Order: sequence, then structure tokens, then C-alpha cells
Amino acid sequence: MLSDPLRKRVRHGLACLALVLAWPLQAAGPAGNVLRIGNGAEPQTLDPHKTETVDGSRIVRDLCEGLTNVSPTGQTVPGAAERWQISPDGLEYIFFLRPQARWSNGDPVVAEDFVAGLRRAADPKTGSSYAQMLEPLLNGPEVVTGKKPPEALGVEAVDDHTLLLRLRGPTPYLLGMLSHTTTFPIHRPSFARHGDQFARPGHMVCNGAYMLDQWVVQSHVRLKRNRYYWNNANTHIDTVVFYSTEDVNSELKAYRAGDLDWATGYPAVLTPWIRQNLKGELKMGPYLGISYFGYNVTRPPFKDNLKLRQALSLAIDRDVIVDKVLYTLSIPAYGWIPPGTEGVVPQTPPEAKWTQAQRLALARKLYAEAGYSQDNPAEVEIRYNTSENNKRMAVVVAAMWKQWLGVKSTLANEEWKVFLNTRKLKKKTEVFRSAWIGDYNDATTFLDIMHSTHGQNDTGWGNPRYDALLAMAAAETDAGRRRAMLEEAERILLSELPYIPLTFYVSKNLVKPWVKQWQDNILDYHYSRDMRIEGY
Amino acid sequence: MRRLLASIPTLLVLITLAFFMMRIAPGGPFDKERSLLPEIEAAINAAYHLDEPLWQQYLRYMGGLARGDLGPSFQYAGFSVTELIAQGFPVSLTIGLLSMLLALLVGGSAGIWAAMRQNRLGDWSVMTLSMAGISLPSYVIAPLMILLFAVTLHWLPAGGWEQGRYLDMLMPVLALALPQIAYIARLMRGSMIEVLRSNFIRTARAKGLPERQVILRHALKPAMMPILSFLGPTAAGVITGSVVIEQIFGIPGLGRYFVQAAINRDYTLVLGVVIFYGLLIVLFNFLVDLLYGALDPRVRVE
Repeated sequence: MLSDPLRKRVRHGLACLALVLAWPLQAAGPAGNVLRIGNGAEPQTLDPHKTETVDGSRIVRDLCEGLTNVSPTGQTVPGAAERWQISPDGLEYIFFLRPQARWSNGDPVVAEDFVAGLRRAADPKTGSSYAQMLEPLLNGPEVVTGKKPPEALGVEAVDDHTLLLRLRGPTPYLLGMLSHTTTFPIHRPSFARHGDQFARPGHMVCNGAYMLDQWVVQSHVRLKRNRYYWNNANTHIDTVVFYSTEDVNSELKAYRAGDLDWATGYPAVLTPWIRQNLKGELKMGPYLGISYFGYNVTRPPFKDNLKLRQALSLAIDRDVIVDKVLYTLSIPAYGWIPPGTEGVVPQTPPEAKWTQAQRLALARKLYAEAGYSQDNPAEVEIRYNTSENNKRMAVVVAAMWKQWLGVKSTLANEEWKVFLNTRKLKKKTEVFRSAWIGDYNDATTFLDIMHSTHGQNDTGWGNPRYDALLAMAAAETDAGRRRAMLEEAERILLSELPYIPLTFYVSKNLVKPWVKQWQDNILDYHYSRDMRIEGY
Repeated sequence: MRRLLASIPTLLVLITLAFFMMRIAPGGPFDKERSLLPEIEAAINAAYHLDEPLWQQYLRYMGGLARGDLGPSFQYAGFSVTELIAQGFPVSLTIGLLSMLLALLVGGSAGIWAAMRQNRLGDWSVMTLSMAGISLPSYVIAPLMILLFAVTLHWLPAGGWEQGRYLDMLMPVLALALPQIAYIARLMRGSMIEVLRSNFIRTARAKGLPERQVILRHALKPAMMPILSFLGPTAAGVITGSVVIEQIFGIPGLGRYFVQAAINRDYTLVLGVVIFYGLLIVLFNFLVDLLYGALDPRVRVE
């Protein structure tokens, strides 16, 4: 028998416990006007000039705003600038900033903020991996490489609300590029106070629809509405939470449990299941990306061996790859520039329209002409960075080569950073896995990386005419002539084939039916401020 | 105290080995799919002193360490390693301590219970279950738990960490504790059976003490010894975070830093976590030794 005061205490304790138990159960209910995103890997930084991952940039685009934005359907629309004028020669852009644009602390957004942002991004001391993107600006290459001071960059504040950009050559994709985080402005007083730590909770002052509320590394980044945003009246969602979801299996489970409204990733193997069970929630669309195998053309067997390069490419049945290896999450690729890219009509070689039997016939013919046969098979190494998907791809490709041509392939895998080094050195590689995602919607974002001097060109391939065409296109004001030059460049690349096109990417997202106005677009840009939550 | 001081050379060797082994791995923190312009790469290397000779970097690091500075993280621009550890450790500590506590209580009781029914049905069932617990890895158990409790039943969140909401802790703590429960149950059973056979227990029983008192007052203390030696390193491992559990449940703990930082060649973060982990192991082994003394006067530390 318990004494009376003790009994009272026990009863008190139990009541408290019940309260504590009940409270989070309520808190776990409907989230209200909140968008919860499964965002993939941890963002690493929210500094607009340093972010380089797809996942990190998604957050930064909600926080900060450039001169232009991308509409839900993928068009370039006015952002912090309400309108602009372009000089007839295409070398000067004057932007008129919105007078009502404000930073999240109420300060007006002025032209000097953009000048400071662009100079910082171009300054090699900042260490922005996207600095090269600013090369179209006057003195861009010199500033980016430290040969001229950042002040020499072709950007100038005419007055508080007028910004002038001077270019080296007409750059038809400039307006689209200005929605990229690298071109975003910076709040000068908070940068002066906090230096490189300005993009942290409590420090960050931004000009987008949302402001940074909380960042728990490896867990989530939470944003809340920026009341000073010029279009706050038309922004619907109050809070956006970006969860870091490195494990796609867990991400899908959280989505199915109703803990996420939008999942940016899921295990590809489950695509058929998702199609059947989550009807209408899987959003797929064309995306600016290509997956390819590069040839190292500086070493045998691919050096000066076009026929072998062509034969191996033709012997791959891309429909099988798309269907069986990638669960239809891709489009077969025969060219270099993904469909939907602006600036060119992507070129397709004739074999794109052939049957696989026709391709194989030509592949066998070229293989024999290159001097190989059943008794004297080509020996090829496929090297990739360790991952289940890459392995599947390499195994399937090797099997196709073996079956149709008798090629003896060996597979080699390396951990990611080791692989990057090996690929760059070009000493060991023969066939290597690679992929590229466009930074902006223009053909040059793909063509540039095959330039003979580009740091991304790990094939060792170079063609003077190709390089010259890119240079000429950069200076060309006539859109038609520019298009013709870029298309010719792509045709050269396809005719010399220093790589095997495999597939073009598609964007894939899982979106709950209550998230309205979420639309596919080729950049896979989705601003939270354009969406709303209805009928949760 | 002398023992703690004696561990300093061990830690120094550990740090030195970790420092140089990290640098032997090919690739650096700023190697990425998108290659950097040489000028920008040079600027970054200079900013992080990666352009200096290795021995100089080592001395610089050790100098910083002497002042308690673990340096900036390479991967998380703008964060210091100390900050990251300070953010991740409390989370891992909470989950780790709770699961160790659970494991001790459940595993310990199950072990004693089984020992008292040696070679009978109760004993066999506990041991079979614990064998299953040891053999089933957490990357199997954890997703199954999520599937059942979050996706199907909607009782618990599928993962995440909302500032220590304890609903978020339930599944990870349980998943982390399960194999420990199994280990402790087996250890406890074994040592309890041995102790129960010794002379002083026979004396206690001969005195006419009830079995409960025999176990709790006399047998428990000596039977705890092997569990203590198991607990030291295990506790250090568990409270510095389990990579698998943290990844599956999306928990912002210390364990993921280990793997992520190594993959990203985040030299300072790897070293920071290694040092922290090393310190904890030393500390826990020391605590275990103290506890030995408390349980068995013969091994008391001077």
C-alpha cells in the first residue's frame, strides 16, 4: 500500500508522462502549409557562388534570386530585374531592377549587390567551381584566372536600379544563365561582417522568396517565408524543409509514409512498382544530361582507330539498355546534345533510325576492317567508378560486345576520387564511364567540354576545326549562322566519335497529388514559391 | 591519472598514422566531376595550405591541435570540424546511450533468466532468439521496421530528426540495441552459469537465502565482469554513431561523417572524428577499469 503523498506523486508523474506522450503524436499530424522535400545529398554549402551540386542549388534558388528566373514550364522570365535592353550588337545588356525588391532584412536590392556578387564569383580567391561560366563577360577569362582584378569584370552599376553587363561576344544564352546561382547578388554588409560564413543560419540575408531558418547538417535545411520578397503576395507555401536523403530506399519509404511531399530520388529498380502503385505521382521529363562512355584516343587500341570506335558504339543495343538496365528512365542516345537543348537542332547520325540488325551488320563490317576477328579479338577495358548501376551498365555493354563482335572486355572499378584521377591522367584508361549535365540551356554547355583544351575532356580528342567553330560561334551575332556553326561542330564530333553515346537523361521526381503547380521542365528547376499545397 | 597520461603517446601515433594514411589515398578534397581551372584550384589549395610540403602541413595541423583547433572542414565550406562534431555528437550520444541502456536491461535480464533455466526450454528459446539477433544485420532489420511501423501502420515517422522528438528515436534506438541485446544476453548467460557454480554461491544457498537474493546480491556483481569488458569499446563505438542506422533513418549523427568525410577526402574532418573516437575509447576503457575495481576489490586501480 502506498502512502498518500507518494501515491499523489505517482499519479502526477503518470499524468505528466501521458502529456509528454500525447504531445508529439499531435505534432506529427498534418503539417499545414509546409512543403517537405527529399532533397538527396547534404548541400555542403548554401553559398550561391560555391554551391555546385544539384541538391544544394535547389535550396539556394529558393533563398536567393538572380536577374532572371525560370518559369514552371522552363522559360526564362524576369527575376530581380523587371525588364532589360540588349544593344543591337548583343554586347551590352542593361537590366532594370525592381524598385520594390528587398533583402530579407528589408534593405533594398541594388545594382551594386549584383556587381559585388558577380565579382566575388569570378574572383579565383573565392574558389567557385563555376567561375568559368562568367567567361562571356568582358575580361571574364582574365579575371577568372587572376590575370586581372575582379574590378575589371564587365559589370557596372549605372545607378541603384540599373545594371550594365558588357560581354566579350554575343551570348544568346546569357539571360537563361542569369538564373544560375553563380550569378546571384550578395548582401554586402552581411558579407563584410561574416566573410565566407555569411551563408549560415543567423547570418544569411537573402533576396529570394524564402530565408534560412535552420540548418542541421546531415538532417535538414528549413526555410521560412521572406516577408520582404517582392512577390510575397503570390507566394503560397510558408515553410519549406529540405531533408538530406542519401539513402534512396529510405527516401522512398518516407515518401510512402507521407513524411515527404516531393522526393527527388528513389531506387531505380522499383520503377515498375512505382508505375503501378503510385500512379500519377511519378513525374518524368526530358533533362539536359547525357550518359556516355569516353574513349581514351591517346592510347591503343582507340588511338587512330575510328573503325573500332564506331563498331563498338554500333554494337550496343541502347533500347535494351534503356529498358532493362535503366528501367526506362532514359532515352537512347546516338548524338551528343540532348533533345530540347536550345541553340541547335541536335544532330542524329543515320544509325539512329536503323534497326539493331542493320547496326550490327555495319558494326561487324567495321570491326573486320579494323583488323579484328574471332581469332584476333579486340581487348578492351571498361573502367567506371564503383556503383551498382555503373557495374550493371558495364556488364551489359561488355556482354553485347562479346556476343556480337567477340570483343574480350575486362571490367575495372575504382572509388570515385581515384577514378577521377585515373580518367584525367589518360595513362591507364581505354573505355571509361562519364556523364555530363548542362549548366544552362544552350548547346555550348555540351559542346564546350569536348574542346581540345577543356579540363573536362578526358578523351584526349581534339580537332582544330571543332575548336575554331566554337570560337567563331561565340563571336557570331546572327542566330542562324551561330546555329549552323554549332551544328557542324556536333557533326564533326559524331563523325570522329571519341566517345560512345549511351543515353540521355530524364528528370524523375515523385510528387504527392496535393502539391499543385509542380511542372516538368528541361532544367528540372522547381521553385517552391510557384507551388501550393491543396487538399492535403 | 597516470594511466590517462600514458594514453597520450597512443593517441599521437593514432593521429600521425591517420594523417599520413589519409594523404596516401589518391584524389583530394577538391577533385570533382567538374574539373576546376588550374588557377582556381591553386587558390583553393593555397587557402587550405594544401600547397605546402606534407611535413609542414603535419606540423601546422599538430600545432592547431595543441591549441584545440581541429581546423576547417573541406567538405562543408564555412563549418569548422569542432562545430560539426559538436552538432553531430549529442545526437549519436542520445541514441547510443539509450540503446546501450536498453541492451543492458533487456539483454542482462534475459541472460540471467536463461542462466537460471540452463538447458531447458526457456534457455533454448532465449539463446535461439539472441542468435537470430546477432545474425540479422541492422540493414535488414531497420528497413523492415520502417516498412511495418511507418509505411504500413503509420505509427512512427519513417526517419528524420526533429530536434530530439522521441518518436524519431524509437526505431533507431531499437534497431541499434537489438544486436547488443543479443550479445549481452549470451555473455550474461555464460558468465552467470559459471558464477552460479562457484563455492560462495553454494554457501549463500546453504545459508538459506532466497534465489532472488542469491542472484542479485551475490552472483550479479562477479557475473558482470565480462560484460564490462565488452561494454567499454562497444559503448565508444555505439555512441559515436552507427553509419548504417544513421543513413537508413536519416539521423544527423557522427557516424555518417566517418564515411562521408573519407569518401570526400575531407582530411580535417576524418582526423577530427578519428581523434574524437580515439579519445572516447581511451576514456571508456579507463571507466571500465574503474568499474572493475568497484565490482572486484582485487583489481582496484591505485
